[in-house]
Parts: sequence; structure tokens; C-alpha cells
Amino acid sequence: MIHFDNVSKRYPGGHTGLSNVSFRIEAEEMVFLTGHSGAGKSTLLKLIGLLERSSGGQVHVNGRNLTRLKNSKIPYHRREVGMIFQDHRLLHDRTVFDNVALPLVVSGLGHKETGRRVRAALDKVGLLHKEKEPPVTLSGGEQQRVGIARAVVSKPPLLLADEPTGNLDPELSREIMDLFSQFNQVGVTLLIATHDIELITRMNKRILTLKKGTLDGDTQAEGSA
Amino acid sequence: MSLSTLLRAPQIWLQRHAQVALSSLGRLFNNSLASFMTCAVIGIALALPIGLHVILNNLQTISGGWDSGASISLFLEQSVSDEQAAALAQKLRLHQRIESVELVRKDAALAEFRRLSGFAEALEALDNNPLPALLVIQPKSDYSTAETAQLLVRELGLLPEADIVQLDLQWVRRLQAITVIAQRAVLVLATLLGLAVLLIIGNTIRLEIQNRQAEIEITKLIGATNAFIRRPFLYTGFWYGLFGGIIAWLLVAISVTLLRGPVSNLANLYESAFDLSSLDWMNILALLAGSAILGLIGSWLAVGKHLSAVEPS
Repeated sequence: MIHFDNVSKRYPGGHTGLSNVSFRIEAEEMVFLTGHSGAGKSTLLKLIGLLERSSGGQVHVNGRNLTRLKNSKIPYHRREVGMIFQDHRLLHDRTVFDNVALPLVVSGLGHKETGRRVRAALDKVGLLHKEKEPPVTLSGGEQQRVGIARAVVSKPPLLLADEPTGNLDPELSREIMDLFSQFNQVGVTLLIATHDIELITRMNKRILTLKKGTLDGDTQAEGSA
Repeated sequence: MSLSTLLRAPQIWLQRHAQVALSSLGRLFNNSLASFMTCAVIGIALALPIGLHVILNNLQTISGGWDSGASISLFLEQSVSDEQAAALAQKLRLHQRIESVELVRKDAALAEFRRLSGFAEALEALDNNPLPALLVIQPKSDYSTAETAQLLVRELGLLPEADIVQLDLQWVRRLQAITVIAQRAVLVLATLLGLAVLLIIGNTIRLEIQNRQAEIEITKLIGATNAFIRRPFLYTGFWYGLFGGIIAWLLVAISVTLLRGPVSNLANLYESAFDLSSLDWMNILALLAGSAILGLIGSWLAVGKHLSAVEPS
């Protein structure tokens, strides 16, 4: 699903985001990405969502060579990658329903089908009763769940999450992780960046560790091959 | 893609467009004072050249009426008798470029002169009638423009009976020349103000893009194409242009209504039934279409320049 081959990212001004990172994530895997802040976690996710382009090496996502993808094709790539952010990135002048519907509106889905899918996604994250509320009236955990509903509503094969539990207490963090596990069980590939070591050791999944822009560790889940 | 989704695609496309058009309209109404002021500025900028255009049209109606109504006065030699004049009139009636010929006999001319000039007593002192017979010639409508009437004047001047041939069109021509200059000036003014409208709309859209930067970033993150993001701004520009055009139309219509009374008073003093005309439906349609297109172009330019600068980070 994701294949990094000797990928580097240098920013103008000389700062190095990633250097010579190579790894492979298969479809239906659930992988954590960890490391100190500044280690390159966000950079790595941005390269996958094509928010940034690599300066060296090859990035393949979902059978697509992102290094060669034209700018005009980027939107179509992003539709296949659900992205979840620490700061939720919701539109505060629209209702929860409209926020979740956005990816479907963007890809031009019909009215009825949109409504059906949005309600299914909101139901999944347990927020169906809040569909008409504006996001600001929701708690941090609820807003994050709206963000998750928006990321999964178009049923992308790959979900990326950047510090999804960064601002949440342990209880809520566990709930979010449970949701992710459920998506994984129905075949979605997940890559979750977090520095919450305690949380991810408990999850018992593969962990990629970044250190100063290089891949420092790749530990498989215990008990798996 | 199945056949049914393929068939439903245009319907969904229309649905989405209508939705975007309406939501951008709603956005304008939500911020009604600011939107109204922008539209008013556009309206005033458009009303100026449109108003001048209406005035020019009216001037052309007036001068055009005079032009085509031009008749030629053919004063015959003093020696030509009334009978000879009548014969000549009869002959000229058959001329292919002449619509009608009115004969003013020497006596009739004298009587009219006596009545109108106030020289009645002085005329009594004369032994014989000093006035020549006069043929008032109306050219056929195809030949009644200033140029063709002039040709006819030259031809009539060559008649042996002719003394003086008068076509008093000089001032009409001057007025026409001035009108042409004024038309050019209005065109220049319209171009400049049209450019101003483009800038106004462009700037308004630029501010709108800045205000909605977060929204644009998020929509791009989710996989929106540039066309999708561009669409609401284009509709906003379209609405600004259209409403600006409607305001311009209202301003011109109100001005014409206000001027109509005094102008018809003046026309009455000149014994004319002239009526100030306003914009006809074709003009109004052209104005609204033109202003809406200006709005579209203005927002297109702004969106093209500023939207690509907004990339998610």
C-alpha cells in the first residue's frame, strides 16, 4: 500500500525533513509512526498525502508513483487517502453533517447517497445525534470523531492520522484507537503518527520509529510473523 | 461506472452548480451591507457610460429626424413664370430621386412674405412682385441622407430655370460629427470604467479568498480540484456583476424618468413631440449580460492569481 524507497526531503534553507527513508506497508496493516517532535513524522505523512513532494527517492502509494504524479492529479490521489489531524481542521461555519459530507460533495456524489453515507459515518463514530450542530459546540474528543468520520466517509483504502490523540485524555484516546482498530478490521490500512508511546505499546502493532529524519526502528507486533 | 450513474452525472452536475450558485448568493445576502456597497460602486461605474449612451441615442434620434426630413428649396430665376414653374414641378415629380414637389407660386410667396415679415407696406410700394417662384422638393427616403441629398442639390443647380438651391444641412452634419466624437468618448469611458469594474470585483474576490483561506486549505486536503474551489468565487463574481448591472439599469431608468418632464417641456417650446427614450429590452439584456460577464472575468482573474497561492501545509 505504501512503499518508500530511499526517500529524502530537504526544505529550502537547508533543513532536512527526511533522509534516505525506506519501508513498505502492506494493505490492511495498521502501523504506528513514532519519534520525537521534529523527527519527521509529519513530513512523512505529508509526502504520502502529497501535501509536499519528496526531494529524492520514490514514493509509491496504492500502486501509484507519487514522484511522477502531475499536480492536476493530486486531488484524485487525496480522495483515496483519508487524513486526520491533531487540530481536526473542521469548517466552523458549517454543521457537523456538512463537514462530514465535504469529501463526497467534492467528488460529486448525488444528494441521496451523500446523506446516507454521511449518516452511516456519523453513526460509526457515535455522533449521529449531533449532525445539525456546528463543530464549536462539540468537545475536543467529539470534534476529533467528526474529523475521523470525514476521513472515512468516502471509504478510502488508506487512513493517515497525525497525532490524532494529541489533545485528548487517555480515556478518549483509547476510544479513538478502538475506532481505528475497527476500521482496520474491515480492511482499511492505517498509518498513525503519535508520540504517545504508552498507548501504542498497549495496541501491540507494528511501530516505525523516526529519529532526526531517518528510520531508527521497525518493530513488528509481538506474536506476529 | 454503471449506466445509471453515467446517466445521473449531468443531473448531479447541475444540482451541484445550482447549489454553489445559491450558496454564494446566500453568502452575499448574509453580508448584505458590504455586498450592496460593492454592487453599488459597480452600478455607478456602469451607469455613467450607459447614461451617456442613452443621451447620445436621443441626440441621434433628434438629428436623425431632421436629417431625413431635409427638403431642398429650389428658387427659380425671376424670369421664370408660374406656368413654367408648374411645368418644371410636373417634370421633377417624375424624377427617380424625388418623392414630392410643392410649388409656391410668386403670388403665394409674396402673400406669405407679407404676412410673416412685417414689410407689408414696403412691398406695397413695389410695382411688381420681386419674389421668384419656389419649388420645395422632398427627396425620396433612399436619397435623403446628407450626402445623397447633396448630389441632388448639385443636379438641380444645373437646371436652366434654377437660381439658388438650398439644402440647409450644414448644422445637422456638424451635430452628427460631434455625436460621432461623443460616441467615441463614451466608448473610451466605458472601457475605462469596465476596467475599473474588473478591478473592483477582482479585489473583492481577493479579499474573499483571504477570508476563506482555511476553508480552501481544508477542501484541498480532502481532494477538491481547483475547478471545484474556483466555482463559488466565480459565482460570487457573477452575482456582483449582475447586481451591479441591475443597479446601473435602475440608476439610468430613474435619471431618464426625472429628465423626461423637463425635456418634453423644452420639446414643446420647439413644437416638437420628442420623447426622451430610455433603455429598451435589448439594451437592458446586453447591459446585464455584459456586467455579469465582467464579474465573471474579474473573479476569474483574481481566483487564477490568488487561489494557486493557497496550498495546504
